[in-house]
Order: sequence, then C-alpha cells, then structure tokens
Amino acid sequence: MYRPLIAAAASVMLVATAAYAQSAKPNDAQIAHIAYTAGNLDVAAGKQALAKSKNADVRAFAQEMVRDHTAVNEKALALVKQLHVTPQDNPTSQALTKQANATLARLSKLSGAAYDKAYVDNEVAYHKTVNGALRTVLIPDAQNAQLKSLLQTGLTLFTEHQTHAEQLDAKLK
Amino acid sequence: MFRFSRGLVAALALGACLAGCAPSKPRAPQTFQIVVDKMAFGPAPVDLHVGDTVQWVNRDMFQHSATSKTGDFDVELPPGVTGSAVMKQGGTILYNCRYHPDMKGQLSVTP
Repeated sequence: MYRPLIAAAASVMLVATAAYAQSAKPNDAQIAHIAYTAGNLDVAAGKQALAKSKNADVRAFAQEMVRDHTAVNEKALALVKQLHVTPQDNPTSQALTKQANATLARLSKLSGAAYDKAYVDNEVAYHKTVNGALRTVLIPDAQNAQLKSLLQTGLTLFTEHQTHAEQLDAKLK
Repeated sequence: MFRFSRGLVAALALGACLAGCAPSKPRAPQTFQIVVDKMAFGPAPVDLHVGDTVQWVNRDMFQHSATSKTGDFDVELPPGVTGSAVMKQGGTILYNCRYHPDMKGQLSVTP
C-alpha cells in the first residue's frame, strides 16, 4: 500500500536533486566572476605580503602573484567586455571572498617569520582549492571557447604558482 | 705576354675554389625564434649552431625569462617583448623560466 507512495517520493527527490544539480551549474557570467574574484583575492594577499614581509624570497613570490594575477585579470576583463558578459556575483565568489578576508585579518596580526610561514602555507592551500575548482567545475562548465581557453591558461598558471609556493614553503621550514 | 697557359688558369681556379668553396667554410650565423605563449616555450630550433642567435618572442600575458641552468644566458621576457641570446657553446642546454620553474625548454647546439 505504501510502496507507490515511497516510489513517488523517491522519484520526486531524484528530480529535485537533478534540478538542483542543473541550477548549481554556474553559467559563464558566474564562472568569469569566480575566476576574477579568485585572482583578485590573491593579488590582495600578495600586496599584504609586500607590505609586511622582509624575506627576499617571500617578497619575490608575492610580486610574482600580484604581477601574474593582475595580468590574467586584465585579460579576463577585456574578454568579458568583448563578449558583452557582465560578471555575476554568486555563492562561490562570496564564499571565497569571505574566507580570504578572514585569512587577511588573521595574517595581519602576525609578523616576521611567523607571518611569512602563514602567508606561504595559505598560498599553497589557496592555489590547491582554486586549481580543484578550475579543473572540476569552472573549465568543464564554461560554454564560451575563449573563456574556456583563458581558464585553461589560468589553471596552468595556478598550478605553477602552487609548485612555487610548495618549494618556498619547504625552504621556510 | 699576359696569356696564361690553360693549366695555370685551371690551377688558379681550383685554388680559388679550395679556399672559397671548401666544406670547412664556416656557416653564416642564423637567427631562430621560439614563441613563448600560454605558460610554455615553443619547440626548439632544429639546426642550431654555436654563433647562432635564439630569439624568444613572448606572446604571453605574463612576465617570463629564459634562464639557462649553466648560466650561458639569462634573458628577461616581459609580456610582448622579444629577447635574444647568442649560443656560445655546443651541447644540450636546459633552460627554464625563473618565475615559473615548471616552464622548461631544451636547446641542442652543434659545436
């Protein structure tokens, strides 16, 4: 007697899950916003490092982060303008920003070697997170070929930065 | 009075050719280009000799360098800039980008 009801409930849940998955897929305007936000947050972290750190290696790394992410974001802005896409804020961008702001606040209280270590540790973790998102969500879901190509270059860049951060992190130990 | 024997003309011609056409004549230095784009060095030139020039054309949006592991050359490559180095010694030369160490290249230079 209850079987059809259970079956019906199960099918409703399936549809709901599918619908959720559909709506959770970011569109190009959201993907552009996430990628731009991720770059900008790393530029902000790099600028904080340049203001606080006296370690030559850490400063060189931070300069590289600011330079590379500024460059890729300028390209991204030019591309969205060309495509007439307005980057659209979304929960992923908001979560990234919230977490990065908390990290900036935490790091602002540190100084010297403790700051350097915490900054580089966070850079390793941050690049890992963004690489994962690019690889599994942002690149596969991007519809526009030019956006996809720029994200792929972004992934190569972020992977390179992750390696650099890991090498630097090992040096600081 | 100024007529040379045929034999002398032939000998002179042969002498001129030996001096001028011999295979040991050094090849004129050439210039090869390697395009740098999307975080990668393009393919290496195939007929590279000592004395040749390699030009790296940076079409990428990022600052790169072509830095040899042995210190033969260290060329700064800001975005959109072409930098060059003259090959000073033969052999296999490994190089990478100072800023992005996983960007690697290799040159094979004939002595």
